[in-house]
Amino acid sequence: MTGIVALYIFMLAAFTGYEIIAKVPVILHTPLMSGSNFVHGIVLVGAMVALGGATTTLEKAIGFVGVLLAAGNAVGGYVVTERMLEMFKSSGARKKTGGGH
Amino acid sequence: MDGAMNTPGIFSPRLLIDISYFLTACLFILGLKRMSSPVTARSGIVWAGAGMVVATLVSFLYPGMSNYELIIAAIVVGSIVAWWSGKKVAMTDMPQMIALYNGMGGGAAAAIAAVELYRAAYANVAGAPAAHSNVVMSLAVVGGIIGAISFSGSLIAWAKLQGVINKTLRFGGQKFVNGLLFLGSLAVGVIVVLHHGADPLHVSLIFGLALLFGIAMTLPIGGADMPVVISLYNALTGLAVAFEGFVLDNAAMIIAGTVVGSAGTLLTQLMAKAMNRSLANVLFSDFGSGGGATATAVTGSMKPIEASDVGVMMAFAQKVIVVPGYGMAVAQAQHKVWEMCQLLIDRGVTVKFAIHPVAGRMPGHMNVLLAEAGVPYDLISDLEEINAEFETADVALVIGANDVVNPVARTDKSSPIYGMPILNADKAKNVIVIKRGQGAGFSGIENGLFFLDNTRMLYGDGQKAVAELVNAIKAAG
Repeated sequence: MTGIVALYIFMLAAFTGYEIIAKVPVILHTPLMSGSNFVHGIVLVGAMVALGGATTTLEKAIGFVGVLLAAGNAVGGYVVTERMLEMFKSSGARKKTGGGH
Repeated sequence: MDGAMNTPGIFSPRLLIDISYFLTACLFILGLKRMSSPVTARSGIVWAGAGMVVATLVSFLYPGMSNYELIIAAIVVGSIVAWWSGKKVAMTDMPQMIALYNGMGGGAAAAIAAVELYRAAYANVAGAPAAHSNVVMSLAVVGGIIGAISFSGSLIAWAKLQGVINKTLRFGGQKFVNGLLFLGSLAVGVIVVLHHGADPLHVSLIFGLALLFGIAMTLPIGGADMPVVISLYNALTGLAVAFEGFVLDNAAMIIAGTVVGSAGTLLTQLMAKAMNRSLANVLFSDFGSGGGATATAVTGSMKPIEASDVGVMMAFAQKVIVVPGYGMAVAQAQHKVWEMCQLLIDRGVTVKFAIHPVAGRMPGHMNVLLAEAGVPYDLISDLEEINAEFETADVALVIGANDVVNPVARTDKSSPIYGMPILNADKAKNVIVIKRGQGAGFSGIENGLFFLDNTRMLYGDGQKAVAELVNAIKAAG
């Protein structure tokens, strides 16, 4: 893709991120930070490509660490976010499921 | 450019990858959007997770890839360790766990930059022509520096919140040294860009200085401010990922990284605002570790009360507002508190929870802790919603909270917390404070609320005190 197209993508994505968060209630700040932390785990695909193209031992070693860390970011971010969000229930939902705890 | 791998027809690997990344970007944005409301939040992370799985699987089809064993081994090991640690971590320790995972992402972005830059450096030493333009090299360098800072900084943040590092390191000229590290890293980066990779030593120097800067910048920041810093590093990692996305010509990384970068920046500002601090103030001053607070003396005396009396008072109240703080979670009293509230609700008492934006260890952390105990989110109100209601409350039950209910913040200009928005618990007809002893709180600031005429102190361990309240309410008949 050309530089100017990339710049447009950058600009539009920046506004998108801002708009998504702008109206978030404080009660969701921690899970949302955790959720956005998960989303930048997409660095995994970049690390995979970097390791996939590595030829020297040094490149392979750095690439391996990169994939390892990226997988940790993605999976760990998902697990803790899901654990937190799973617990948010309204009074109505609680009565239906019979009290939970 | 990858014609050799293209199979005839529309399903060339490259097209499949592009379409899948597009789908992933959509799923991420929709997922984050759904995560911004408690009703749809759970499905939001599932959508985003589906996007991640699609992107990861399709990336194996990238033309010209090798080292598949290494890739799979790294993914399996990294995933298993992260899965296990994520399942095991206690809800109270969530902030530092997020810091750790975030640091990993920053490290991965730095690793991508390192692979590209070392390759360029060795090619340059061997006299090969430059493979990347100066723009691409600059983005790789900047993304690498940001990623490395986020990596080492997040590790320090984790270590401090986890209690591995207790000391707050400060020395004269610290800001000067920090500035030197950062500018040094940047300057070597410029050399590497201008000389098409220069040599491996220069590349190593970029990362070494950036890693040191991340450590040096985070060490002086106190524990109370750490959530803001973690949020900042989260935004920085997003930005680093976006920059490396430009380098690899990967639209999914550019979009996801940028969305997180801007969303994270806004979230950081919201958090700093909730703490009544500016971001610069958090990064470059010392409040967070609680220096010598010189608040004016508070007059009056603390008046103790027995659990049985509090039980009766609440059992026959119309409306009770619970103000929980991190101390409640430390005492693991949240389950007992919810048990007590259910008893009150069954008696027809209106019960609400008032959450200060910085209750817990990061904004929204208290909501997570209450949700874990089973408290429905519609009983939980934040500062703006609840503050007018304290005047109509018969009892405000403060448990484990201190600074966030200190009326001194409204009146005493010499207090370090002056101007911080507080919960108006002092406006309730009766204020009950559950507290372990008579000392000042986390920040060392004397709390005016404890000395008011309508305040009574219920001394004791949080969990035991609430258990006594439960018995007292049951006995109230």
